[in-house]
Amino acid sequence: MTTPTARGLHRPTLVIAVALFALAFITWRDASAMQIRATYGMGADAASYFVALFLALMGAGHLVAAFRWGDDPGPTDWKAVGWVALGLGSLIAALWFGAGFIIGSTLLFVFTARAFGRRAWLADLALGLILATGIFLLFNKLLTLSLPMGPVERLF
Amino acid sequence: MESLAFLMQGFGTALDPMNLAFAAIGVLLGTAVGVLPGIGPALTVALLLPITFKLDPGGSLIMFAGIYYGGMYGGSTTAILLNTPGESASVVTALEGNQMARRGRGGPALATAAIGSFVATLIATMGLAFFAPLLVKVAIQFGPWDYFGLMLIAFVTVSATFGSSPLRGLTSLAIGLWLGLIGIDQLTGQARLAFGVPNLLDGVEVTTLAVGLFAIGEALHVASRHLFNDEKPIAIKGSIWMSRQDWRRSWKPWLRGTAIGFPIGALPAGGAEIPTFLSYTTERKLAEKPEEFGQGAIEGVAGPEAANNASAAGTLVPLLTLGLPTSATAAVMLAGFQQYNLQPGPLLFVQHPDLVWGLVASLFIANVMLLVLNLPLVGLWVRLLKIPLPWLYAGILVFACMGTIAANPSVVELMMLVAFGVLGFIMRRYDYPIAPVVVGLILGPMADSALRRSLQMSLGDPMVLLQHPGSATMIGIAVFALLAPFVFKGLARFRQDED
Repeated sequence: MTTPTARGLHRPTLVIAVALFALAFITWRDASAMQIRATYGMGADAASYFVALFLALMGAGHLVAAFRWGDDPGPTDWKAVGWVALGLGSLIAALWFGAGFIIGSTLLFVFTARAFGRRAWLADLALGLILATGIFLLFNKLLTLSLPMGPVERLF
Repeated sequence: MESLAFLMQGFGTALDPMNLAFAAIGVLLGTAVGVLPGIGPALTVALLLPITFKLDPGGSLIMFAGIYYGGMYGGSTTAILLNTPGESASVVTALEGNQMARRGRGGPALATAAIGSFVATLIATMGLAFFAPLLVKVAIQFGPWDYFGLMLIAFVTVSATFGSSPLRGLTSLAIGLWLGLIGIDQLTGQARLAFGVPNLLDGVEVTTLAVGLFAIGEALHVASRHLFNDEKPIAIKGSIWMSRQDWRRSWKPWLRGTAIGFPIGALPAGGAEIPTFLSYTTERKLAEKPEEFGQGAIEGVAGPEAANNASAAGTLVPLLTLGLPTSATAAVMLAGFQQYNLQPGPLLFVQHPDLVWGLVASLFIANVMLLVLNLPLVGLWVRLLKIPLPWLYAGILVFACMGTIAANPSVVELMMLVAFGVLGFIMRRYDYPIAPVVVGLILGPMADSALRRSLQMSLGDPMVLLQHPGSATMIGIAVFALLAPFVFKGLARFRQDED
């Protein structure tokens, strides 16, 4: 066996290990609180206990691997990730406050385009609006699916 | 030859003008979305699922078949011209195909991929029509213990045996199984991991998970990276037609690829990754000029592409006859079936033979349509690759979110979608396979109830699993496949230590 590099513990792997243990603990807690028991064989809790054990095993595996894995995921543009997150957040907020699908999706479009390096806000705003309105009309009118309504949607 | 009569009947259904139109729309949409970089067949099907919500089951299943096969064709175009394979199965195609494109032979590369896909799909779909009824006859006698054994094999092969690291694959599977627990248990009505949130009682939607992991996760991942690698599609120069020599070098790899791909896809061995890699190494060994490999050898495109498509058709065998999805795409397809309250499995063949055989017949039709669409019109699809990246991913995200809220109009569902997106981003970043999560979500609850039914029938005696030869064998195979990589790895390390 080769000795691990001087950097020691691989942080991300360690974090994943802790997350897996936490998930296993939650699952185990949930299973032990179940009320309904099966007449024969296994109840609904058996699968939960199994998955909890499985998750804990994987967590242990990661704990060991944290001493060995050292691959770096490479350079990361966190700003771009942030813009996409902002876009997704705006859509959620738009639906939460009843602003409707079109406004939310337009914001999502604009912010995602920004994440990939575009700065032409107005052009993207127009394009996003056209796209969102097109999708809304196609799905709500033609395919009669119900996308969330807001002030803009009620104009149609 | 009973199946031949059924198939003829199926063609009767599929050739109905309305159904032909559905197939054509499916094929067009499937190719268009599949061509977009970063979008593989699984995501293509998941994204386009909402479009088929309001159609009748027959028509939308036919459209579905077109989308599925179209996504497969489209994926190879992206792999060859852009070197960004939409899924792991196209990785091998990208190896040689992209090299060919760089050397000005993109046209023949696309042509051999398209014709190879056609040949492979044709043969594999015939295999499906032939083997499915035989398997149905066997499957109809399966007890719950046999299903449990089969699912164990599927779990292990999808996650552990062939991934880069069994620990990562099994962790993905564990997360999938955990997500599968969420919701009300079918047998007892006990709520699991719902935390009092009403939306969670129905469980996690497969399409929400798939779209979140694949689309949102991919968008976040590409956003985090695009500054550092900038791939531009390669223009097709020269003739798109294959020369006489290209034909001579391609036809054998097509057939060999099909022969490798179909059986592996049809067994619950998970995904098209293995057959494509097997086909690639086979072709490299058998090639007249092995030195061309790595520099754009046409055999290296023809073989793996055929293997990829043949195994895709192969996965339909366990999906239709047993209701077992063995790849992410098949898992999403299963979700599509369930949307119309159809449960694939032996009973579907008995209860809705018209639907099943109509679907199989439309697979043939979609395949022919795709060949016609792809060869002369490939230039048109290539234009889709020129959509600027910002608009492309912005559009993908809008469409992905739309599909989820159209299926289930609630903010909670959208939040789950985003959460799965973050999960997908982390998994991609640290190199965890994604398919086991989707397969685990679908097969987990199925395996749970199969096991509990077996135990109910045996009055709680776990030996029931080992007393039936079928299930005993399958559990043995699963255990072997689970332990083999660890054992071999241990042996390898042992040998290294000896040096």
